[in-house]
Amino acid sequence: MFSQLLAQHFVHTALLAGAVVAVVSGAIGVFVVTRGASFAVHAISELGFTGAAGALVIGVDPVLGMMGGSIVVGFVLGLLSLRGRERDSAIGAVLAFGLGVGVLFLSLYQGYATEATNLLFGSIVGVSDSQLRNLGIVALIVMVVIALAYRPLVFSSVDPEGAEARGVPLRALSVLTFLLLALATAEAIQVVGVLLVLTLVITPAAAAQRLTSRPEAALLLSIGIALVSTEGGILLSLEKPWPTSFFISAISFAVYLVARIVDVARPRSTRMSAPQTA
Amino acid sequence: MSYVVSVRELGLRFGERRLWDDLSFELATGELLAVLGPNGTGKSSLLRILLGLIEPSAGSVEVLGRSPRQSRARIGYVPQQRIFDRDLALRARDLVRLGLDGHRWGVSVLTRDKWEQIERALTEVGAAEYADAPVGRLSGGEQQRLRVAQALVAEPALLLADEPLLSLDLSYQRIIIGLLDERRRRFGTPIVFVTHDINPILPMVDRVLYLAPGRWAIGAPDDVLTSETLSSLYETEVDVLRVRGRIVVVGTPDDQDVHHSHEHGHVHA
Repeated sequence: MFSQLLAQHFVHTALLAGAVVAVVSGAIGVFVVTRGASFAVHAISELGFTGAAGALVIGVDPVLGMMGGSIVVGFVLGLLSLRGRERDSAIGAVLAFGLGVGVLFLSLYQGYATEATNLLFGSIVGVSDSQLRNLGIVALIVMVVIALAYRPLVFSSVDPEGAEARGVPLRALSVLTFLLLALATAEAIQVVGVLLVLTLVITPAAAAQRLTSRPEAALLLSIGIALVSTEGGILLSLEKPWPTSFFISAISFAVYLVARIVDVARPRSTRMSAPQTA
Repeated sequence: MSYVVSVRELGLRFGERRLWDDLSFELATGELLAVLGPNGTGKSSLLRILLGLIEPSAGSVEVLGRSPRQSRARIGYVPQQRIFDRDLALRARDLVRLGLDGHRWGVSVLTRDKWEQIERALTEVGAAEYADAPVGRLSGGEQQRLRVAQALVAEPALLLADEPLLSLDLSYQRIIIGLLDERRRRFGTPIVFVTHDINPILPMVDRVLYLAPGRWAIGAPDDVLTSETLSSLYETEVDVLRVRGRIVVVGTPDDQDVHHSHEHGHVHA
């Protein structure tokens, strides 16, 4: 049964789509985690859902609606470039209202409810060839931009004061980060669904951060963990008919737990004899 | 003689609020200028003007004979201490490296030369032993030394420091001051040092720029930090006392004495 499924075209498409999504999610996740903006991922993905539900109501491709929703929210969050508590409460307020609107759209929608369910929980095995192509194009754009802006992206997220003094445009990079995040999120929704985007965007990056302190290694490791989770999840769901999203989230969470344990076991970094500052 | 920094008739306003007018001074090689004054008088804004991050409302600024923006690559900047996130995937050497090429776009690999330059900066501040440690797990004083290394790694011709000693204990304050002073003595790099407490750096200060609300004074510490000068700046009776070799200012409107807490506090309308 397993090997028969593995020969199927739709399985190949699913594995490819999963790989594409894992690469972008794992990559952008590193910058999002560094900025402490995990909550923003949730907001962007749920507002993506609102956009998709709105698109369903007016009879447009829900994927377009979803992209639109996430990009608008990503742009606004990036522009505000809020920090800490202020950002948390602003995001919470926007997110709650956006979800409410999404619920309204769903109740107005007269078509098949499965489309909405797919958005919420993901539908990796339903990816079409043209959808795969679009995923690939968006992923390529995201990765090229990350490569070209890599150093300023890192500088502005780890050390904004120093970066600003060197002329790094902080606000522009904040907008860029959140726009890239919006694109990655819109991709991830198609694989794991709105509710589980964090499992591909945040969990791998958070685990990678605990396994290495080299920035480039963390980026590659995060991509690797996202890849293993996605591909592993898809393969497991062929073997056992549970939701793919469950397997993906289970694998990435397991890696995260292992990373935390490894991190605790790691010897404390060099300590100087100089006095501690409080 | 050519100056590293030349500020002419500078004015700064934020909307209705006038911070200063006609501010002029020059900074020569090897000079240390301390910028003092209460909160909200534009101390940090002055540094931002020198970095070309904001435009003054009036007047002109030249750094190394060009506009601040054009000279920015040759300016080293040490901000006040802000503790890095514990789990940040960034080693000490990566933080210093950002001072070298963190502002550049595009893909590139560091040459051996550049890595050696980073190594030298780390050694200079005594951070070579923890060069590979994650920055988030270092103490505040260790992190601040890396900030100095980051500012020095590109071999700046001018150093700007914005409250770099804030929240550091005395022994680390001395280390940071020593590093900056060493740079100044060996390479003649002038320093603009914004601080709320002049005492830790008093022996090194050549001149003081005192910014009071709407007014300013510049000159040698003994000329500016007097009851007379500060009283006329504040238009109220201010006493400058010397207590056990320390300077204590008493009687300013917000009682901005030596151990006043840091900026971004209240601003007088």
